[in-house]
Amino acid sequence: MKRWQVFTNGIFRENPIFRLVLGMCPTLAISTAVANALGMGLAATFVLVCSNVIISLLRNVIPDEVRIPCYIVVVATFVTIVDKVMAASAPGLHKVLGIFIPLIVVNCIILGRAEAFASKNSVGRSFMDGLGMGLGFTLGLLLLSAIREPLGEGTFLVAKDFGFPGLGLISEGNRAKIFVMAPGAFITLGLLLAGINKLAAKLTAARAHTKKGGE
Amino acid sequence: MTDLLLISFGAIFINNFVLARFLGICPFLGVSKKLETAVGMGLAVTFVMTMASAITYGVYKLLVLFDLEYLDTITFILVIAVLVQFVEMILRKYSPGLYQALGIYLPLITTNCAVLGVAIINIDPSEGYSFIQATVNGFSGGVGFTLAIILFAGLRERLEFAPLPKAMEGFPIALILAGLISIAFLGFSGFRLQALLGL
Repeated sequence: MKRWQVFTNGIFRENPIFRLVLGMCPTLAISTAVANALGMGLAATFVLVCSNVIISLLRNVIPDEVRIPCYIVVVATFVTIVDKVMAASAPGLHKVLGIFIPLIVVNCIILGRAEAFASKNSVGRSFMDGLGMGLGFTLGLLLLSAIREPLGEGTFLVAKDFGFPGLGLISEGNRAKIFVMAPGAFITLGLLLAGINKLAAKLTAARAHTKKGGE
Repeated sequence: MTDLLLISFGAIFINNFVLARFLGICPFLGVSKKLETAVGMGLAVTFVMTMASAITYGVYKLLVLFDLEYLDTITFILVIAVLVQFVEMILRKYSPGLYQALGIYLPLITTNCAVLGVAIINIDPSEGYSFIQATVNGFSGGVGFTLAIILFAGLRERLEFAPLPKAMEGFPIALILAGLISIAFLGFSGFRLQALLGL
């Protein structure tokens, strides 16, 4: 696989949220607003890229039996860095994301990529894989929050840390608060996944059809 | 005593770890296809959450003593990994039956966000939990997880016979089902236990 393909793989074909269904806890919990989704996505991308690179560099040094604890220490180090930097630079966002920042440590996507990709591939390819998976995760979060925020809060793109009041889309009486509460997260993601499954099945069928026509 | 009751009721029903706080979703979705395995997973998680709450609380006090609070995440996850390994060894030696039943799910608990999550919630200064309160919170969180995963598995077993559109099979319908259970649990958030106990 070429490097470019390694990169796009994480965004479309193996999108961590919609295709692999990994990292569900932060996905459901923080997709209540687009700004939160972006913050979480970028934090996870940073940790994913850095840990992929370091683990790939150390792949011949780490003994096989203790590899998981070693990966966890590497990931936890970068998570601590993100946690402290965010607390200092965007305290509002840090408060909203709260517990889900330290919980990046146990995000299945990051340990999964360390185990399945970075421990077997070169530094360059691991970097691209981390970037692709991270952006795929961010895009998934953005899509989900772009549905939930307007329907539930009636606003779009509120970012208090950067002094942006957001766009008011839906008037007070017409909002469905349930979309920013816990059940809304499950239901929106369920319907979105069903839609994407349908789309993927259609695309595969169309591709098979054109292949047949070409022969 | 009443504070412990309030913490425990809150962790099981009002702020259920899975359905309201979104912690431990991966095993909740992954190990809930059969009722039996769901029960096993729930019990294992409850045990590890209780132990982890007690131990990480002590470890955090030690870190504070040496001015090393910023190392909390990294220490907690290592403590939990060691604890899970330890539980696995003990069970294998003294209770082979239970070990067989839980065997494959035990190592997975290290990466269960509910375990690390409860450790972090317990040291939150705004909660200000004591050692006993933290341990009770961990135990109740585990009971809440078990309750949610058992309810969910029971429903999913029935779902197997439901005629579904192809695109809805698997995760999509499971998530919608979880949403419906979550709506049911929302009812508890209006529950006033304090008034009921006459406080």
